[in-house]
Amino acid sequence: MSRRSGGRLIPRREFLQQSAAVAALAAAGTPVMPVARALAQSAATGETVTWTSCVVNCGSRCPMRVVSKGGKVTRIEPEFDVADGCAVPQARPCQRGRSMRERLYAKERLLYPMKRVGKRGEGKFERISWDEALDTVAGKLKDTIAKYGNEAIYFHYGSGNQAFVSNRNAAMRFLNCIGGYLNFYGDYSAGQTIAAWPYTYGEFSYVGFGNGAGSLASQIANAKLYVTFGNNQAVTRTSGIGQTWEIACAKEAGKTRTIMIDPIYTDSALGKEDEWVAIRPGTDAALVEGIAYVLITENLVDQDFLDKYCVGYDEKTLPASAPKNSDYKSYILGKGPDGVAKTPAWAAKVCGVPAANIARLAREIGGTRPVYISQGWGPQRQANGEQTARAIAMLPILTGNIGLPGTNTGAREGDAWLGEVSLPRPANPIKAAIPCFLWTDAIARGREMTAKRDGVRGVDQLKQPIKFMWVHQSNTLINQHSDINRTHKTLQDDKKCEFILVVDNQMTPTARYADILLPATMMMESPDMAADSYASGRYTFLVAMQKAVEPLGEAKSNYDICRELSRRMGVEQKFTEGRSLEQWIEWCYAETRKKHPSLPEFAEFWQKGLVKVQPATHDGIVLKDFRADPVKNKLKTPSGKIEIYSERLAKIASEWELPKGDVISALPKYVATWDSPSDVKAKKYPLQAFGFHGPGRTHSTYHNIPWLRETHPDLVMLNPRDARKRGIKTGDKVKVFNDRGALVMPAKVTPRIMPGVIAMPQGAWYKPRPDGIDEGGAINMLTSQRPSPLAKANPSHTNLVDVRKA
Amino acid sequence: MTQLGFFIDVAKCVGCKTCMIACKDKKDLPVGRNFRRVVEYAGGEWEEVDGAWAQDVYAYYVSIACNECADPACVKVCPTGAHAKRSSNGLVLIEREKCIGCRACEQACPYGAPQFDAVAKKMTKCDACVDLLAKGQQPACVAACPQRAIEFGDVVALRAKHGALAAIAPLPLPATKPSLVVNAPRTAKASGDKSGTVYR
Repeated sequence: MSRRSGGRLIPRREFLQQSAAVAALAAAGTPVMPVARALAQSAATGETVTWTSCVVNCGSRCPMRVVSKGGKVTRIEPEFDVADGCAVPQARPCQRGRSMRERLYAKERLLYPMKRVGKRGEGKFERISWDEALDTVAGKLKDTIAKYGNEAIYFHYGSGNQAFVSNRNAAMRFLNCIGGYLNFYGDYSAGQTIAAWPYTYGEFSYVGFGNGAGSLASQIANAKLYVTFGNNQAVTRTSGIGQTWEIACAKEAGKTRTIMIDPIYTDSALGKEDEWVAIRPGTDAALVEGIAYVLITENLVDQDFLDKYCVGYDEKTLPASAPKNSDYKSYILGKGPDGVAKTPAWAAKVCGVPAANIARLAREIGGTRPVYISQGWGPQRQANGEQTARAIAMLPILTGNIGLPGTNTGAREGDAWLGEVSLPRPANPIKAAIPCFLWTDAIARGREMTAKRDGVRGVDQLKQPIKFMWVHQSNTLINQHSDINRTHKTLQDDKKCEFILVVDNQMTPTARYADILLPATMMMESPDMAADSYASGRYTFLVAMQKAVEPLGEAKSNYDICRELSRRMGVEQKFTEGRSLEQWIEWCYAETRKKHPSLPEFAEFWQKGLVKVQPATHDGIVLKDFRADPVKNKLKTPSGKIEIYSERLAKIASEWELPKGDVISALPKYVATWDSPSDVKAKKYPLQAFGFHGPGRTHSTYHNIPWLRETHPDLVMLNPRDARKRGIKTGDKVKVFNDRGALVMPAKVTPRIMPGVIAMPQGAWYKPRPDGIDEGGAINMLTSQRPSPLAKANPSHTNLVDVRKA
Repeated sequence: MTQLGFFIDVAKCVGCKTCMIACKDKKDLPVGRNFRRVVEYAGGEWEEVDGAWAQDVYAYYVSIACNECADPACVKVCPTGAHAKRSSNGLVLIEREKCIGCRACEQACPYGAPQFDAVAKKMTKCDACVDLLAKGQQPACVAACPQRAIEFGDVVALRAKHGALAAIAPLPLPATKPSLVVNAPRTAKASGDKSGTVYR
């Protein structure tokens, strides 16, 4: 069909005619798909129904029905006309996706190309033509390459568009066609885990069932006990075709007892848990060590498992290179170099969980089989996050709850993956890469950055600082990066980073820092394609993102923006390979279909809009093969086993240049860091503060949606004890501050957060008052740019602050 | 006579408020006017134990729209008969033309269901998406709920399936005979409980 129509997607009129034909079939009793039925119904009302996907960075990519009339989107609908259940649920987007109409028509929508006319960051712009905008960008690219080389071009970390073609791949593909750009690695979500996990298990993966992934949440049905650290799925995986639903189904089937460990009594708890363990932020590893002490001393460890599958639990399996008494058991029992026994009483003082509760937890975990243990990414988003991620994995390792039904590796709950193919990009000729968190350093002191000090990869040292930034649907330039005041100073100097291009569809705080600002289309305004992503659990699907309405203003798809630039740079053929956006969508589908031959032809897929696909049956138990035969199915660690003691980390610890206080160690250990409660700064700033993922946004996306600000207002949570000391009541405007910055926002006094800790939803848009204080709650006024030791990643949740009535 | 009503599974609810947003999108409601509302109820105490913390904290959310009461307070106080109970299905609906915007129903309803449209000077409220019901579909909030925590239908059948509980804190005691069925979470407090704080 598609080939006969010249490789183009089905024209709209033909699409409607076809659906009329399908409606006739429906009347004749032939079973048809839901989209066709919806379209048939719409003939009477003048409404059309198309499909799109919420392709922001939540990892669920909810499919949704878009109802339009008279050229405007009039409402969003869930999938409602198919059977619903645990195995194949209806696609029910959460509150964020359901607000998409307000986002499409938001007053912050970018409509025209603009150039900066004030100081950088001031937000003063003047409308210009597309030709002027694109010529300027192309000219700056040529200048930058001539003057500094391609390594001075940086494609900035960002995740605001996760469709297949008009996503960041389009820009990276274009930049690779013109000689490449400075790479980044890691991410702001799970940077510390990404770096740390391979030292224990040999690899890390967000998706699929490889050894670096997590077991499917469905396995919780086979567990007697589910223990999870810092994991608020109800907010981060809200989708009705995602993991909160999967977990609810699993728990109902398995009647699985649940223990949630978190500084906040989260929306995932609310009585769905059997026990809430309130813990100080950043101290999960101390809790684990207190539990380990009881497991070891009361003989509740799985010694056979530790002997056969692991390295470094005790002297028996310690590598030859390791010093005496450097094994895990010695460390926990106080026979290691620090001489401190990690008793529950010791752990209680650090983590805030009463010693008796720690001992009881240990006995329950050690005395139950099987136990499913997982962690969200909050615990690792800390100055000691690499340690915490590996430490939590010690619980399933010590108890042998690995590779069996009802178990997990300690990773976040797993995700089935179709291996979908999106827009390809040729190899980047530039090999240099920086940790994604260190881009402000690469602007300020690029030439000083080295492999052993700053985690530079591909080269020993950077040749150039960043001079040109390409920022695509990202708010990480100012809002989502740490220490806004410091970032502002770095960016405002246009002698340092000489040019900033921002491509987006909303006037975000980041967009205010653009030199040239280009308006991108939103989903619903341009065709594309999406698949379930890293947070849809066992559910897998493909979505035809059909164009519903014309773009507002002069917005263009990111693919077309890059195509226009490729023409100006003389690489159009290389960039397009002769394909339009629509033809690339077809190409992506065809490549994906090669992996899943049961998928329908493209034309049928496009007409259906949503296709749910079950990949080859897999029970989703990670490390099952390794457990069955560890000799035949070695891990990718040097020993082929689970490395409790990592020789590689011991080597890095001896070679890297670390600032005072930063610890990299062969064993996973609790490390008290800067801005932890034991820091001397706690005298001045006695409260720990962190920005959690709230239900009112996906990171910073959807911040400008009035419905979501009404239903999920930005409030800073304070325990009644801390509020009372400061005379603060719910609704009072308070100032939250430390040496890095300050913000004002209303307070919510609630017992749902533990004493000594305050928290606010992260992602509120930075709105500085004339005195430099943020109005509204941009947490990054308070966060630090000091990276974590190993990953050089964002320690977003490591902050000491104080609060007072504003 | 059939009496339609809602079932709210508070034990499943995660407080995401997708029901509210779906309702606002379907009914084109501006900020401030909400046919469905979700309230939070939270309480519990903290006690320091040797530098650590013990607690008995609880919290949950209750999603409420119009409860299609068998003895509706709004109908009783309406001076024009605009607010009336349909005999065919028990739905309590407002006849827009008859409404004079006196807001008496707003004062009378213990659940906050009537929501005043200050622009049109008319009272509005949840109509259980009667247009969707006519097409054989579920109300927007029911179809939207990511956790399948809301059901709608014959309240006799809902009670047979889920029990007769019609209120937990912070909902008022069921004086107006609401056609509402509630499933309480493990942590729920009885209607009338004052130990917690209500967050709207």
